[in-house]
Amino acid sequence: MPGIAVILRLTALGLLTAFLLTPQSFAPVFAPFTQYGAPPIYDQGNLLSLALSHLGTVCLAAAASTLVAVSLGILVTRGSGAEFLPLSRSLVNLGQTFPPVAILALAVPLVGFGEKPTLIALFAYGLLPIFENTLIGLQTCPPALLEAASGMGMSARQRLMSVELPLAMPLILEGVRLSLVINVGTATIGSTVAAKGLGEVIIAGLLSNNTAFILQGGLVTGLMAILLYDAMSAIERRMFKAARID
Amino acid sequence: MIRIENITKRYGDSAVVDGVSMNIERNSITVIVGTSGSGKSTLLRMINRLVEPSQGRVLIDEKDTASEPAHLLRRRIGYAIQGHGLFPHRSIAQNIATVPRLLEWPEARIDARVTELLEIFQLDPGVFAHKFPHQLSGGQQQRVGVARALAAEPAVLLMDEPFGALDPVIRAKAQDDLLDIQRRFGTTIVLVTHDIDEAFRLGDQVAVMSHGKVLQCDRPAALLTQPADPLVTLMTGSADRALRLLSLTSAGEAAIPGATAGISVAASASLRDVLSDLVWRGADAANVLDTEGRPRGHLTVAAILSHGRSR
Repeated sequence: MPGIAVILRLTALGLLTAFLLTPQSFAPVFAPFTQYGAPPIYDQGNLLSLALSHLGTVCLAAAASTLVAVSLGILVTRGSGAEFLPLSRSLVNLGQTFPPVAILALAVPLVGFGEKPTLIALFAYGLLPIFENTLIGLQTCPPALLEAASGMGMSARQRLMSVELPLAMPLILEGVRLSLVINVGTATIGSTVAAKGLGEVIIAGLLSNNTAFILQGGLVTGLMAILLYDAMSAIERRMFKAARID
Repeated sequence: MIRIENITKRYGDSAVVDGVSMNIERNSITVIVGTSGSGKSTLLRMINRLVEPSQGRVLIDEKDTASEPAHLLRRRIGYAIQGHGLFPHRSIAQNIATVPRLLEWPEARIDARVTELLEIFQLDPGVFAHKFPHQLSGGQQQRVGVARALAAEPAVLLMDEPFGALDPVIRAKAQDDLLDIQRRFGTTIVLVTHDIDEAFRLGDQVAVMSHGKVLQCDRPAALLTQPADPLVTLMTGSADRALRLLSLTSAGEAAIPGATAGISVAASASLRDVLSDLVWRGADAANVLDTEGRPRGHLTVAAILSHGRSR
């Protein structure tokens, strides 16, 4: 039932906001997970600012992935760029199969600690779903529509902008959504190279053997991923409801 | 108006269209008919250069179509295809406005044209302008497809099996509408079909194609009475060719002076329909009346039959 689903999501959003704004009010909930009087709520930084920079890193990486993956997808579906398809596929697949941790390790000597190596790792990791979906979206555009567009006098560029991309948009956005959600979780590893994010909370919990910290870091990350997924789905539905592109 | 000069399209070694020449008169409907694989669609698509000819050229108003960029040429030529090809993400009004927008017409002129076309095609602008293609029936979608092709007032309209996806009742209506539209705008139409009945019904001139060559390009009656090739006879069908011939002449054209004490038929009815009417009612003569009900002469069964004879 959609009613229950909406209530659940609003509850999750409310809980997340409440926890990030006033974490101490949740102390009794997390107290049972601590030992020897350790603090039940993460106290080495502001949770809200950690969550926001976590989200910021993920969104920035996703924006870069989207730009590159969609451009590549467009390039290899043009007549002139078709020969780059196998190469592009290999590169993008490599980005997904190469472990983000390994990318971090390789990137740190080149760009130093902090935000940058994390952005590189997330960028590479997020390319695949967007690229593949862009490709399917552009390749499955009905030939009759392409012919109608050309037959009416659209230039190749006009056809791409006003027919092909709008028709592929639902699939492209689905790719972006997948990429975002995967990377909300993956971004926690950025804290190993001193990027500001929710990984800090988890790592602090591991170092001090504080289960409450680990739970907080994990739950906030998980809730953010779920809510982001839902928000994107809602936006997609709203955008394509009238035209019913499918 | 359109002159096709010795045009050929080769893919590898095989010629899909092989040395075709054809003249298309202004304000006429030319139908290219042939089996699938005869090269008829390729021939049509070489007129707006969706397919570039390997050899030969096409002139529109004595101007070589190869002398300007293909997409600019196509904006001046209407194009309607089977299954309409409407953009699913655009409203009906936006679909119809496609070419005027490409031509950068002022917004007010586009709106006026869209409204005018919707009215001509019997689609209430208030109801349909903001609907999306999937909300329309097949017949309505097809009408929007033709309206879109006519939006920028092209002098030439190319149609590739435009009625192929319609059921017989709606198709007959769509064909009548097309004839009305053609008379109204004086558009020069080139239409491709595999349906010989459609060709006879619509064409001022019919070109029969097979294996990339035009076997005969002539008035429909000439295809029946003076077939240039056995294949033309085969395609037009020999069993009912007399009736087909009768269907090409209207009662008004065939009426002989004088009146008779019989039934009345409309001058616009074909001789085939008049004959059928006479047989059905057991009469042997009919008065021919024009649209205002004025007598235009009469027809007898014998007079009708004389029109169905090979000459």
